Amino acid sequence: MEQALREEKALLLSGNQAAAYGAYLSRVQVIAAYPITPQTTIIETLADIMTKADWKHKFINVESEHSAMACCIGASMGGVRAYTATSAQGLALMHELLHWASGARLPIVLVNVNRAMAPGWSIWSDQNDSLSQRDTGWIQLYCESPQEVLDTVIQGFMVAEKVNVPVMVVEDAFILSHTSEVVELPDQAVIDRMLPPRAPAFRLDMEQPAAFGGLLGPEYYQEVRAKLHKAMEEAGRVLVNVDALWQKNFGRSYGIVEPYRCEDADLVLVTSGAISSTSKIVIDQLRRQGRKIGRLKIKLFRPFPFQEIQRLLGDVPKVAIIDRNCSYGHHGIFFQEIKSALYGSKKGDRPKLYGYILGLGGRDVTINTLRQVIDLTSERDEPDPETIWVK
Amino acid sequence: MALTTFTPKPNFDLLKVEDVSSPGHLACPGCGIMPAYRTALQVLGKNTIIVAPACCFAVVDGPFPYSAAGVPFMHCAFETAAASAAGVRAALEVLGRDDTNVVAWAGDGGTFDIGLQALSASAERNEDMIYVCYDNEAYMNTGIQRSSATPRMAWTTTTPQQAPKIEYKKDLGGIMAAHRIPYFATASLAHPEDMMAKFRKAKELRGFRMIHYFCPCPTGWKTDARYMVKLDRLAVQTKVFPLYEVFGGRRYVLNVASEGLPVSEYLKIQGRFSHLQPEDIKLIQQEVNDNYEELLAKVDHSNRQRSNDT
Repeated sequence: MEQALREEKALLLSGNQAAAYGAYLSRVQVIAAYPITPQTTIIETLADIMTKADWKHKFINVESEHSAMACCIGASMGGVRAYTATSAQGLALMHELLHWASGARLPIVLVNVNRAMAPGWSIWSDQNDSLSQRDTGWIQLYCESPQEVLDTVIQGFMVAEKVNVPVMVVEDAFILSHTSEVVELPDQAVIDRMLPPRAPAFRLDMEQPAAFGGLLGPEYYQEVRAKLHKAMEEAGRVLVNVDALWQKNFGRSYGIVEPYRCEDADLVLVTSGAISSTSKIVIDQLRRQGRKIGRLKIKLFRPFPFQEIQRLLGDVPKVAIIDRNCSYGHHGIFFQEIKSALYGSKKGDRPKLYGYILGLGGRDVTINTLRQVIDLTSERDEPDPETIWVK
Repeated sequence: MALTTFTPKPNFDLLKVEDVSSPGHLACPGCGIMPAYRTALQVLGKNTIIVAPACCFAVVDGPFPYSAAGVPFMHCAFETAAASAAGVRAALEVLGRDDTNVVAWAGDGGTFDIGLQALSASAERNEDMIYVCYDNEAYMNTGIQRSSATPRMAWTTTTPQQAPKIEYKKDLGGIMAAHRIPYFATASLAHPEDMMAKFRKAKELRGFRMIHYFCPCPTGWKTDARYMVKLDRLAVQTKVFPLYEVFGGRRYVLNVASEGLPVSEYLKIQGRFSHLQPEDIKLIQQEVNDNYEELLAKVDHSNRQRSNDT
């Protein structure tokens, strides 16, 4: 690693800097962005490193996140690779245009730093901002380390441009965005082979003038949306291939879900984002005590990995699902999703599902928090009808 | 005071142009959108991309799979014309297509109201585009609701006759001039040679250029389709909508001197003003006179600045 650092093949990067380097290595052509804590260091880093870019590009400092996404949509319609980053209120402001980007089938990549929604003002981590955008037709990928953020941004463009669906790469506020670790930089020449310049299936073309996004009557609309749904399903398969290629070229991969010591587990903890790393330590501790406990990290949230969930959780007696989010009046959002995935399972004995909401507004999720979740699950033969809020 | 005076003599050169747009659009009879669009594209040519938000034009151009535009046409969200067009321009710049005209074409709702933030930002960044606002003075596509471009005392479905709009029309020219954009001009259907000249100037300049076009809407203004051109002519003649240009946000030029017809001539052929009392008309006349005086003062100031410079 020291050698890699000396040769600048690896750098000490925060999640946000990694998000910027990922965009740089993807040779993005148009960046339109608006500052919001805790995303700011992504665009600051990009503004700096893009000055070294030897390809034509443009960085637009817009006046809102809404315009950031509008610019990305315009640029992507023009046929170039567009990128932006935001967080919380900014993502919510973009909401209308998130629908537009996916509806127009534009392969934009956006990094969202998970931050709690106001009021009261909070700049700290939780997932309600990105999960509120669940149904906008964006691929959603939750990361657990700066290295994964960097790799996933590039993978994101590879997937997006293959299926013409935009990609949202998600990282936890501060826990990832502002925490540095040594990140290996994939070789640019290899990336260039994996991710060649964008060759759009359609664009605003003077030689072939056409109207895009006009009035679409009831006789067409549904079929157009069905195509988006199909492309979304395809995206999962494409990501698996891209990730395999990553393994081949760089010796690391992530999977669309990542099981950890799940083989003989009678209790599996389901996590996403940075909590996934913490949970590994807990699992190791409990395994040393002889307890059969595993962990399943969900990286790909949209399209939802039904088959993997069914395969990996279908035979487990107890599943404890951690949600750093809440769908008020329902349950945690991952809880709902996993429940729906298992309900359709062919396996007769569905596991018992235990839902836990914790860590909202950036409250620390420590090893003790996770052990509490596991103990609460082990103690109860039957899950509570209501989700448990863990302090 | 040096004024350029309009001389109404036939200019057959206007006919020696190639049409880019095609027939078959969906505009109401007497709508001013397509005549202006056709004129603009005759000047701008085929190397043009249109970006249009939700507005009448988005419907008028035709539903999928039809388009009357004749050039690439990007529909965009209501409040994003200027931002979307900036994105398109960025793509063209990256691809080395600097010669293409990027034209945002939006209604008054998308310009004066919901799109003003993005518009102001693109103007401030001096984005390289031509922004055309076709101003029919209300939300016509949704069925004639008040916008901040609706004139005082006008009827709309949300400002009924018993409670007409009492607020002023927003001064778009003033707002844009304050952004010091390279070019701002007003345009009228009754003066096609002036309109063409302005699109030509806009085409030759770089940076943020805006054409504010007074777009007659017989449907929304409750008048006869045959008055399309007449409405625009009267708007100029009565000083309701003077034809002028602003260069760099400071230098004002008046293109057509008003003939000073009373505003009643313009108001009386429109149902949206049929409820007006003589005192209302007096009030409107006063406002129109004041606005025109202010404009002349700016023109005069510009002229004096110029003679001082030389």
